[in-house]
Amino acid sequence: MKFKIMVCIKQVPSSTEIKIDPVTNTLMREGAENIINPFDVYAIEEGVRIRERLADIPELETETVAVTMGPPQSEKILREAISLGADKAVLLSDRSFAGSDTLATSRVLSAAAKKISDVKIIICGKQSMDGDTGQVGPEVAQLLGFPFIGYVSEVRSLDNKKILLKQLKEKKYDIIEAQLPVVISVLKEINNPRIPGLKNMMKAKNASIETWGIKELMIDASKVGLDGSATRVVKIFKHEINSNTKMISSDLKAQIDEIYKEIFTYDKN
Amino acid sequence: MSYFYTEEQEMIIDICNRIVREKINPVRSQLDEDEIFPTEILSEIGRSDLFRLFIPEKWDGMGTGILEVCIATEILSKGCLGVATSYAASGLGFLPILISGSDEQKDRYLPSLASGGKIAAFGLTEADAGSDAGSIKTKAKLEGSNYILNGTKQWITNGGEADIYSVFAVTDESKGIRGASAFIVEKDFEGFSFGKKEKKLGIRASATRELVFENCIVPKENLIGKEGMGFIIAMKTLDKSRPAVGAQAVGVAQAALEEALCYSKIRKQFGQAISSFQAIQHMLAEMATNTEAARQLVYHAAKAVDSELKESSRLSAMAKFFASDVAMKVTTDAVQILGGYGYMRDYPVEKMMRDAKITQIYEGTNQIQKNVIALDLIKNGF
Ligand SMILES: Cc1cc2nc3c(=O)[nH]c(=O)nc-3n(C[C@H](O)[C@H](O)[C@H](O)COP(=O)(O)OP(=O)(O)OC[C@H]3O[C@@H](n4cnc5c(N)ncnc54)[C@H](O)[C@@H]3O)c2cc1C
Repeated sequence: MKFKIMVCIKQVPSSTEIKIDPVTNTLMREGAENIINPFDVYAIEEGVRIRERLADIPELETETVAVTMGPPQSEKILREAISLGADKAVLLSDRSFAGSDTLATSRVLSAAAKKISDVKIIICGKQSMDGDTGQVGPEVAQLLGFPFIGYVSEVRSLDNKKILLKQLKEKKYDIIEAQLPVVISVLKEINNPRIPGLKNMMKAKNASIETWGIKELMIDASKVGLDGSATRVVKIFKHEINSNTKMISSDLKAQIDEIYKEIFTYDKN
Repeated sequence: MSYFYTEEQEMIIDICNRIVREKINPVRSQLDEDEIFPTEILSEIGRSDLFRLFIPEKWDGMGTGILEVCIATEILSKGCLGVATSYAASGLGFLPILISGSDEQKDRYLPSLASGGKIAAFGLTEADAGSDAGSIKTKAKLEGSNYILNGTKQWITNGGEADIYSVFAVTDESKGIRGASAFIVEKDFEGFSFGKKEKKLGIRASATRELVFENCIVPKENLIGKEGMGFIIAMKTLDKSRPAVGAQAVGVAQAALEEALCYSKIRKQFGQAISSFQAIQHMLAEMATNTEAARQLVYHAAKAVDSELKESSRLSAMAKFFASDVAMKVTTDAVQILGGYGYMRDYPVEKMMRDAKITQIYEGTNQIQKNVIALDLIKNGF
């Protein structure tokens, strides 16, 4: 039986100096030095650990596949994923993917999951550092009809049919059992990513990485890219945070009065 | 600075730099202070394939040369010489198996040592046999299908922590130096135990213990090579491993130099950075020049070992003695440049100075290295 683990990774600019395309209002990613989205490094590590944990189930052929949708130069982060232990990597790249929002991106990723076939677990990072939406995981799950479990902090146990996860909620953890296939997004606390080994670094250097576009994925060009996007970014601007902290220390009644006054005056201006 | 490293060597450097930055530097002063053996870090080193370097691919290694081992050791030593010593001592422990072991012994022991799942140690020195290693007293007597070992080894790095030990013992007292033999002893063999952990000046993260053999039963098939080959195996092992001690010295010297350079630009006295004083500048210049010269000699000796040049034994001894003297001088000068701050444990250079000293002593003192060099010169010339 085949059991594939797909890890979705994304390249993001390493610096905080981000340029915004004046026409499309999307982030300009070309040119800047790119790295793996830091949250996705934990996803790769977990994908590799899951494969290692399944190693002693007889007759189970496991494989961890890293995928990214992005321009041709994002091949670099796929090689890095292999150096971190992924068995294989696929680049999803096509001119018509440019300008995709999270929905269009999720269409491409879910098409890739179908083409890879036998995918039992899809792992995403919690969110990307640049877009910051955290939407791709749930959307991929929806498109494939898989359950989605976000903010996973621990994979308690798993076999070839089900998985037991610890999920962070606002103020507590839930322990959730899910039937496979499943999509999960992972938190930083889930693991401590390994330092790439020499063997895997050599393997990464020589690995041949396939590129899949709309033809290979058999998707309609109108469903991806700017045309296939349900949302359009109208404007990106810098968020000014204005926080004035005022400490109030007196007896309880005086504190309440003071707060009341504060709210009242705040409302007025 | 370019050293014309190969792509593989660059990868080794990358990996080691990450281990130093992420795993060693944050904990090194604590490992030193509390004398903690770096089990976790050695596992990370194992996962990164660094124990595989010199072991042939047939036994799950990477089949590189000693040069690559030296490069890895140099970078790890920049972080902590105690950790680097523990790493290097495992290599020293498995070299006898690699150099003279049978295929069956290699099949049995090398794969788990290559992965870092197990670590090794090298047991030669005894209380009355240091530089004069030929006078060891530990005995091995063949009884049926086993050798029975009796005696005590002293100051064995990784002692008590290692799983597999290369141990040298006398099988024929009448033959003197030609009566010594080498054995592979596993940690849990009956009659094998350990003395207390030594308290040391430096490399305090490394573990140094006595190996105690009381009627220790070692199966006959764990004899390395033939009876009487022990001393030759020990010398061949040390010829190969000495450049790596030089590399340890270069690493710790480089680290001290970098600390001193950085500090000299920040520290202000008399209204200016101390790096503007010529006395400091000249110290830095000498430290950098000597470290560089030591590095070149170590790399050259390693290449000579890898190419099996006849002068490799002489060059290994030169690299070990020169680099370790440089390390002692450079780390001492680094403390001088940091002044009183350098003497305090809040800064890493006093540890580097304490650590550097061992490179002049173990794997043959520098006096012994000079004996090796001089004898080789007199016997073989140029
Ligand atoms: C921290 C530590 C770790 C060690 N790890 C190991 C290990 O893993 N395995 C192992 O087998 N051993 C190990 N050793 C032992 C080490 O190799 C010996 O300490 C070393 O070989 C010197 O022997 P010695 O200490 O008995 O000094 P001695 O031989 O007693 O020497 C004392 C002094 O006399 C000088 N001297 C001796 N003979 C001569 C001569 N013929 N000509 C000129 N000068 C001479 C020496 O250079 C030295 O200055 C370790 C030692 C230490 C301190």
